[in-house]
Amino acid sequence: MNEETVIRVENLGKLYRIGEREPYRTLRDSMAKHFRRGFSNPYTERYIWALKGVSFEVKRGEVVGIIGRNGAGKTTLLKILSRITEPTEGYAEMKERTGSLLEIGTGFHPELTGRDNVYFSGAILGMKKAEINRKFGEIVEFSELEKFIDTPVKYYSSGMWVRLAFAVAAHLEPEILLVDEVLAVGDAAFQKKCLGKMGDVAREGRTVLFVSHNLVAVRNLCGRGILLSQGQLSRIGETENVVQEYLATVDPREMSLPLAQRIDRKGDGRLRITNLLLADEHETRVDYLESGSGAKIILEYESPSVHPLKNILVSVAIDSLYGERIAVLQNDYVSREFKEIAPKGAFICTIPKLPLVAGLYSVTIFVTVNGVIADWIRDAARIRIEARDYYGSGRYPAIQDGKILLEQIWEHVTTRHEGKAAIQEPSDE
Amino acid sequence: MIIRPSRGWSFPDLREVWAYRELIYFFAWREIKVRYKQTVLGAAWAVIQPLFTMVVFTIFFGNFAKIPSEGVPYAIFAYTALVPWSYFANAVSQASNSTAGQRGIITKVYFPRLVIPISSLLSGLPDFAIAFAVLIAMMVYYGILPTFATLLVPLLLLFSMTTALAVGLWLSALNAIYRDVQYAVPFLIQFWLFATPIAYPSSLVPARWRPIYGINPMAGVVEGFRWCLLGSGTGLDSMFAISVLAVFLLLITGVVYFRHMEREFADLV
Repeated sequence: MNEETVIRVENLGKLYRIGEREPYRTLRDSMAKHFRRGFSNPYTERYIWALKGVSFEVKRGEVVGIIGRNGAGKTTLLKILSRITEPTEGYAEMKERTGSLLEIGTGFHPELTGRDNVYFSGAILGMKKAEINRKFGEIVEFSELEKFIDTPVKYYSSGMWVRLAFAVAAHLEPEILLVDEVLAVGDAAFQKKCLGKMGDVAREGRTVLFVSHNLVAVRNLCGRGILLSQGQLSRIGETENVVQEYLATVDPREMSLPLAQRIDRKGDGRLRITNLLLADEHETRVDYLESGSGAKIILEYESPSVHPLKNILVSVAIDSLYGERIAVLQNDYVSREFKEIAPKGAFICTIPKLPLVAGLYSVTIFVTVNGVIADWIRDAARIRIEARDYYGSGRYPAIQDGKILLEQIWEHVTTRHEGKAAIQEPSDE
Repeated sequence: MIIRPSRGWSFPDLREVWAYRELIYFFAWREIKVRYKQTVLGAAWAVIQPLFTMVVFTIFFGNFAKIPSEGVPYAIFAYTALVPWSYFANAVSQASNSTAGQRGIITKVYFPRLVIPISSLLSGLPDFAIAFAVLIAMMVYYGILPTFATLLVPLLLLFSMTTALAVGLWLSALNAIYRDVQYAVPFLIQFWLFATPIAYPSSLVPARWRPIYGINPMAGVVEGFRWCLLGSGTGLDSMFAISVLAVFLLLITGVVYFRHMEREFADLV
């Protein structure tokens, strides 16, 4: 092994049994299965290689971004490297103390105070008690929650919660840091703070493996990139090249896996979005939308509940393929409440005049029922927007000229030499 | 550090568990804090459970059924057994739910999974201490003096912790994979209560069955507590030796089985 190499991965593979995606087997099922088969050959079930034949090396101080579509094996790779799950085959070697951050706030308990949660969460992420004692002041300062540190976190707002959770995570000091998508939470200011912290970590010469959908962040932070697709390493090299290859392979037709069958979703499942449809202003179903025209986004849903569902919040986020959030459509922004809805139906969001530039966009769907997350699908669908004569002038901005089309009015006035300005200055009179 | 698939049956790396001892403490500490914050009566529950069982046993088994209590008042005879029993029953049910209950943590962070069931042994200790303090008060009330054998109580406590761990390891590994286990555990504990000489002395068991009876390690623990504190019963005889052997076997197999199932925890729980 090269002296500089700190992570070496060779032919790593992970096989998942599809049936095991269900949270629990029961003893009875397992016994019945054995009896039917006479305790032989359990390998008739469906298996899937979440990761297969992945090999690469990372040198000390490198920051490597791992990108790829949902289900490409990014998180599985990180889970194997952080020893949460075992590989089915292959081998990996980590030469230095490794810390992983698959989620922030792991181990937080709502009944406990901020202080107690800092200690437990720190311990679970691998800090020693003495280390937490030493850094406690710093952590609290970073979170800006000095006044609330002895309040149970159940009284925290979600923003405070995230701040505290990230403050703990930010004070981990392993030589190798594995980070998964933790930047996807929180508001823009918070994300910026996280990115800043990640940049600091990189400058301190530590090694970082960074999984993200946010291609902008990957470009800014990572020297090298790894592109995974369908569990295999399809490209490794300069970040920019890898990002370009990823974007080139993104094909809207590939997103054809029906939403109802997607398993990479979060939430308690009290309501699930089963289909996303697009329609134009004439309520005709379409495959793509046109800038400047009327558009409808239709979210069909189902619920296992037999009773009506109460207080529904539906949020549809539109992101660029670089992971930048372009816009969020959410029923409460326009004071539309879904107080009580039937267990099966559809939400329809109408955009009277679509102000987005032609291109491909990613849609993330988020639904809460009575304040509890019911369904949350990142990158639930890709929406193609085609150019149309938005301004009615036959002219259309080039793609590099921004992402948003604004209604605009242009005028001209002549400034007379000694005369008044065209637009009047505010005056006190 | 090398990561590769593990094959077959193996023994976990106990040095690593030792290196994570602080985390064991943190898990137990969190469990205790949360429990006391969420319950209105808090620490009182530590006493209510054995004390009320004692009252019921004393009325029905002691007074009505006239079950012998080896020359000590029936109430303290039953309570002395109920203190280690309550600890054991709570530790087992907590340990068996522990891995399934911490699934959010197990799927996000690595640490030796043994930390979780081990920590559930510790979180019951404050309750044991409180219940034991009440036992001492009762001994004072009944004028029972401690003897040198009383010094063996910590060892017996350690023995019941080991028993709870052995059983808890089996059940928690099974529970992570088979949800039935959580329904089976309360039944198992109830059944076990009557298979243990708590409401009755083990001397009621015919002599030739006693070695087999000793396979139930709690029989050894409970008789041991009575012998140490009340001076009653047969003491640490061959039945106790069999209990020790039974626990040893259960613990070794439990640790190996837990290690074997542990590999799948993050994929299943």
